[in-house]
Amino acid sequence: MSSLIQTLEAEMTKDFVTALNAGDTVEVHYLIREGEKERVQLFVGTVLAIQGAGIRTAIVVRRIVQGEGVERIFPLHSPRVRDVVVTRRGKVRRAKLYFLRDRVGKKTRVTELLGDKARAAKVADATARKAHAEAQAAAKANSEEA
Amino acid sequence: MTLILGRKRGMTQVFTTEGNVIGVTIVEVGPCVVTDVRTEARNGYDAIQLGFEDVREKLLSKPVRGHFKTAGVTAKRFLREERLAAPAAFAVGDEIAVDAFAEGDLVDVIGTTKGRGFAGGIKRHGFSRGNETHGCHNVRQIGAIGACAYPGRVFKGKRMPGHFGNKRHTTKNLKVVRVDVERNLLLIAGAVPGPAGGFVQVQAAKTGIKKG
Repeated sequence: MSSLIQTLEAEMTKDFVTALNAGDTVEVHYLIREGEKERVQLFVGTVLAIQGAGIRTAIVVRRIVQGEGVERIFPLHSPRVRDVVVTRRGKVRRAKLYFLRDRVGKKTRVTELLGDKARAAKVADATARKAHAEAQAAAKANSEEA
Repeated sequence: MTLILGRKRGMTQVFTTEGNVIGVTIVEVGPCVVTDVRTEARNGYDAIQLGFEDVREKLLSKPVRGHFKTAGVTAKRFLREERLAAPAAFAVGDEIAVDAFAEGDLVDVIGTTKGRGFAGGIKRHGFSRGNETHGCHNVRQIGAIGACAYPGRVFKGKRMPGHFGNKRHTTKNLKVVRVDVERNLLLIAGAVPGPAGGFVQVQAAKTGIKKG
């Protein structure tokens, strides 16, 4: 029974979603509508938490704008979230970084994850993106043939 | 009015093209078979009886088995009638499938709510709770139930603890978000009475449809 829901959700989820962890610094490409026009806005910040699973997965992103903390929640599978790019991997020891909310100034920074793990993550991300791009190109070519 | 029978399968969410999230209930409906046609002349009213989901004959009583035999259809687990204003346009054996509904239709969904057993006033009627501290001991009690010498009794219908749930309930005017003809699924915005796997009746909304 639940497998029916799982199949339905699998059909509706995106084919490719960036692998993320709490503490990562990300750029979220978010589609916004201004009257008739649509444009992609970037929201750059730290991932405080990853909530939910499957099609309900959402990330909490926090940044400081003019000395004021701003948090936004992005559902990863929303059609308006065009892309999420990891610019920096964070070295953290917990899944929810809500303690960062209480910090001010230099203390809000998360240590960068360096070394083999970070390099491996970078490579994995690049290969996943490439595979996704190739799959999309193949699908496009297929639909053009048909 | 259109009626179709089915089973609730659970809930999930879908995104609209604008990126808004809608919580939806997945209902597996039909194909339903007309098992009987009630007529004004024979029964005093016009209606059709629908059957959903095959069942082993062994599980049914002899009279019910006989009913399916006269109709000439395979035995069904869930039978419900749809009342009609005019003589039925259906014959026994006709099928009604999901395509009776379209995206954007408003529907009423009838089901049996989850049984909660003997429940207190807070869960059953939404009463508020008493203080837990400051020396209070009336935490989940219902409070006063009436006055004193006048009227000297408790009024009928006074809301009190008792059996809650496991009762027929209609949720009105829910929107059909998607119709999946291949898998016989209806995605209906919002919640539907009953547990996942429970039988439900989905019918065209009786109120809520704008005229003109």
